[in-house]
Amino acid sequence: MYTQGLDQANSAAELADGQETPEQLARFQARIDAEEKIEPKDWMPAAYRKTLIRQISQHAHSEIIGMQPEGNWLTRAPSLKRKAILLAKVQDEAGHGLYLYSSAETLGISRDQMVEQLLEGRAKYSSIFNYPTLSWADIGAIGWLVDGAAIMNQIPLCRCSYGPYARAMIRICKEESFHQRQGFEIMLTLCRGNEAQQAMAQDALDRWWWPSLMMFGPSDGDSQHSAQSMKWKIKRFSNDELRQKFVDVTVPQAEFLGLEVPDDELEYDREARHYRFGEIDWSEFHEVLKGNGPCNRQRMETRRRAHEGGAWVREAAVAHAEKRAAKNAA
Amino acid sequence: MASKTSESGGDDAAVLLACVRRLGDNALVLGQRLTELVAHGPELEEELANANFALDYIGQARMFYSYAGELEGQGRSEDDFAFLRDAHEFQNFLLLEQPNGHFGDTVVRQLLFQAFYVLQLAAFAQCSDERLASIATRVVKEVRYHLRHSTQWFVRLGDGTDLSHARVAESVERLWPYTSELFDGDAIDDAMRVSWGGPDLDALRGEWRRSLEFVFADAGLRVPVDGWKPGGGRRGVHTEHMGYLLAELQFMQRAYPGAAW
Amino acid sequence: MTKQDWPLYEVFIRSKSGLSHRHVGSVHAADAQMALDHARDTYTRRSEGVSIWVVRSTDIVASDPGEAAAFFEPAEDKIYRHPTFYEVPDGVENI
Repeated sequence: MYTQGLDQANSAAELADGQETPEQLARFQARIDAEEKIEPKDWMPAAYRKTLIRQISQHAHSEIIGMQPEGNWLTRAPSLKRKAILLAKVQDEAGHGLYLYSSAETLGISRDQMVEQLLEGRAKYSSIFNYPTLSWADIGAIGWLVDGAAIMNQIPLCRCSYGPYARAMIRICKEESFHQRQGFEIMLTLCRGNEAQQAMAQDALDRWWWPSLMMFGPSDGDSQHSAQSMKWKIKRFSNDELRQKFVDVTVPQAEFLGLEVPDDELEYDREARHYRFGEIDWSEFHEVLKGNGPCNRQRMETRRRAHEGGAWVREAAVAHAEKRAAKNAA
Repeated sequence: MASKTSESGGDDAAVLLACVRRLGDNALVLGQRLTELVAHGPELEEELANANFALDYIGQARMFYSYAGELEGQGRSEDDFAFLRDAHEFQNFLLLEQPNGHFGDTVVRQLLFQAFYVLQLAAFAQCSDERLASIATRVVKEVRYHLRHSTQWFVRLGDGTDLSHARVAESVERLWPYTSELFDGDAIDDAMRVSWGGPDLDALRGEWRRSLEFVFADAGLRVPVDGWKPGGGRRGVHTEHMGYLLAELQFMQRAYPGAAW
Repeated sequence: MTKQDWPLYEVFIRSKSGLSHRHVGSVHAADAQMALDHARDTYTRRSEGVSIWVVRSTDIVASDPGEAAAFFEPAEDKIYRHPTFYEVPDGVENI
């Protein structure tokens, strides 16, 4: 489960740095244009490397932080089957975080550095995970909406110009194919259930709909560096294109469930064959991104505690490995 | 209750049912404890390992409970056993309901139980009930891997740093007393051995201890002296932790009775 | 590297017998045995493998892409190493 909408953190100054010659840059762009994959030891512009490190590490952080809202219901899952499915899904997220850290590490940054950036608040992760999971239906809504939005983002990334990232994404997309379905199935079961269950499902949609639309990031007009990322084929579709696609496929699913999308302005434009939807509350988006969402502090605190609480364990493993190696050498 | 029948009449079917249900209780309670650890692991790779273990135990609980439901023949499902019984109806070992504590506590709890569980399962794999034998054959493979993992970590912590050594030594002191219950057989265990070829707990105890002595030596730790011997899990008399564990586990089914999920 | 940072291992998996090991990614681990376990838990959650190799990332020696031309292009003009170089008239089979 991933989201972008974070790439706006690039600054123009960063994109312009580096001592590359125009010839090098042109040769690099020609490779990209020819749909060649860039591999770790290949020459690449510093800004390309930087952009990728930022995007992949943010993506990885999102997977790891994303374990928390769903993990919140693991111990209370309403049946053993649901518990097992959710466990497998949350485990996949840890795995996907790992694949992504692993591919970012090919760019010359270590996982420890990336984790440090996250824990010090210097790295971002998807804002969606700063919303609380208040009922079991939220687990359904996350799978259905959040994973649904993530898939829209992730499928094009399988063709990303950077080889290790593209390969990680192929693996991730393959494994995630069950994530959205399990979410929709939870929603469907609730909507076919009793009144309390239906109300629970509607309440979850009410709370998760807009944050899900925000997952695609700022509108194209406000997204400063989409153009460069598109040129480098790190990104293949614009934020607004993906958001529209998401709304178009999701609204009929909500109708099938008998749920109401919380948007008074939502209406189908027959001519354009698209749903027109209301304006996103961008001030909320920016507040959450800045750290002022309902759960930002809690999520970071949990991560920090796990990391710091595990320090003595990681140290012990290193100490033991060194002792054994010394013993074997002797 | 099935246990009463077995004590008075030695009803073989009731004994088998009680035994299978207990195996389910052990797996469920341990699985629930491991589930609590998700997103709190000391390193990302350990997250994946822990989730695998949790999944394995939840999966085992489902297998044992489904079979228990069939043996009982009253239409109870795996979820009925897991979510609709109160603490006194659970007969898991007290060791398994102990809180996770720190990583060392978890490792020690896993090691002490798994060293027993692989032996218990290996014995059930040879028992005369075909279905239980086939489940045990499958499960013992999973648990052998778990045991290898917890053994390695136990040695790493014991041998690692002064701090890890001290912490894991404390964990051992804290949890060791709960191991006496593993071998403290009751009428069901006896009947299981006599009628179904189940494990001989006295023989298991020796084997368990020998395997642990080897691991403890490797970790530079001493096997504690037996002293206080808490028990009661087999009679449904639990530690205070159990009520909270169940409150969390069962919340949805209790708050929305009869709903399907 | 502080005392708690585990080194990086590259992971190679044989997906079924008869196939070669293939690079799938990496894991961090304090020692080789732990690396194997981590690789198993991370990369074979869906029974993707029958055999795993792990190797310290720092122990891998790789060719330099900057010298790819000198390294690989000489082989490119030895087209006679490939079967399609040779003409086989119609009607000749099993060759």
